[in-house]
Amino acid sequence: MALKGNLRDFSFSQLLNLISLAKKTGTLQVHGLDKDALLSFEGGKLCYAQNSRNDNGLAAVLVRTNKLTDKQYRVIKNRAENIGDKELGLMLINSNYVTQYEILVSLKHEFVSTAKDLFTWSEGIFQFENNLKPSPDKISLLINLENIIIEGSRQLQEKERLEDEIPSLDMALKFTENPGTNIRNVNLSVKEWRVVSFINPKNSMRQIARTTKLNGFEFRRIVYSLIQAGLVEIVRPEGAEPPSPKISTLPVESPDEQKSLVNRLITRIKSL
Amino acid sequence: MQTVKMVVTGPFSSGKTQFIQTVSEIDVVATERKISSESERIKETTTVAMDFGRITVDDDLVLYLFGTPGQKRFDFMWEILSEGMLGFVVMVDSSRPETFREARRILETFRAYAPTPYVVTANKQDLPDAWETSDMRIALRLSPEVKLLPCVATDKESVKNSLLELLYSILERMEP
Repeated sequence: MALKGNLRDFSFSQLLNLISLAKKTGTLQVHGLDKDALLSFEGGKLCYAQNSRNDNGLAAVLVRTNKLTDKQYRVIKNRAENIGDKELGLMLINSNYVTQYEILVSLKHEFVSTAKDLFTWSEGIFQFENNLKPSPDKISLLINLENIIIEGSRQLQEKERLEDEIPSLDMALKFTENPGTNIRNVNLSVKEWRVVSFINPKNSMRQIARTTKLNGFEFRRIVYSLIQAGLVEIVRPEGAEPPSPKISTLPVESPDEQKSLVNRLITRIKSL
Repeated sequence: MQTVKMVVTGPFSSGKTQFIQTVSEIDVVATERKISSESERIKETTTVAMDFGRITVDDDLVLYLFGTPGQKRFDFMWEILSEGMLGFVVMVDSSRPETFREARRILETFRAYAPTPYVVTANKQDLPDAWETSDMRIALRLSPEVKLLPCVATDKESVKNSLLELLYSILERMEP
């Protein structure tokens, strides 16, 4: 089945995460606004990458990593244009131009750079073709995606984590009753002090964010650091009514009757 | 007469109205209107208040299915509809990954409204662009214990299966 969509809606970090977790083998093609990229994966690891902006041949990669000179590149292009990367690599190793290790390091750098660049694409149609492998004349590697994902999506992760930690800004903050901590002895930035000055169980976090002119991400980041430092805690705003417990409503009370009712529903649905 | 209610929710155009229509014994009391927002115009009409379907169990018991409005500006209806529900179904259009984030948000919102059992249905699995459920589970960040069911809302057996799985979850919750 297809795995396609737009990076606008399904970010590249999510996509890499999916490929890594599902240990997918295949090729991801991304068509951006003014550039394209192609990444191949083997068992959830990056094995090849190329983009439409560069010459992706081995000789060009080695020039970009300063393993070959421009002059050597031109000679290779003139004399060995139709030679595949694997064959060219062997020729260069046998001629003592480069070592196998240098080729592998250069390619790894190139593939990872191409992948990292995709994190900056805000838009692009993507399609993943299962089991489509790179051309046999290309040199494949096996690069773990974890580090690429971690680095590229660090900020995205932080934003999501903060929203998980502080899902609602309708709650309030109060200083913790911890006699060992004195807020005056803590080094705070100007923004943090502005937030701290409004902390009061009567003020919702949303009100404080609005007053201090901080966006939700900035505000959550500050509150999270204050919580982690043990200086404040989240409380229900004073005067707000506690939520009424909302439990599933069954028209009967005894457990046996409730089970019987659900079993009647099951029997009826089966008979539809 | 005893009545119980289940809520069918999910992003805009995920197939909620169709899901209810497929099993309801009455014509669904749909409150659909022509769509005014260009950005959401991928179908002609949308539910603005709620859909309302009914399954009579016996002389003494009726199950009502309520579908929530799909467009964001009718969010305020969700809390009202979730009041007293037995459980809920979160429908996701398997062929529109751009709605997965919204589905996740809706799921979290309903979980906050009521700690009732729920299932997630991967609808439109018959479309060529449909994502596999294993990929959707990762994309939706669903833990393994959450039921993610392949579904085609036009297919009665498929809808029945989703409702039955939800009822089984409700039964499991009742076990001491």
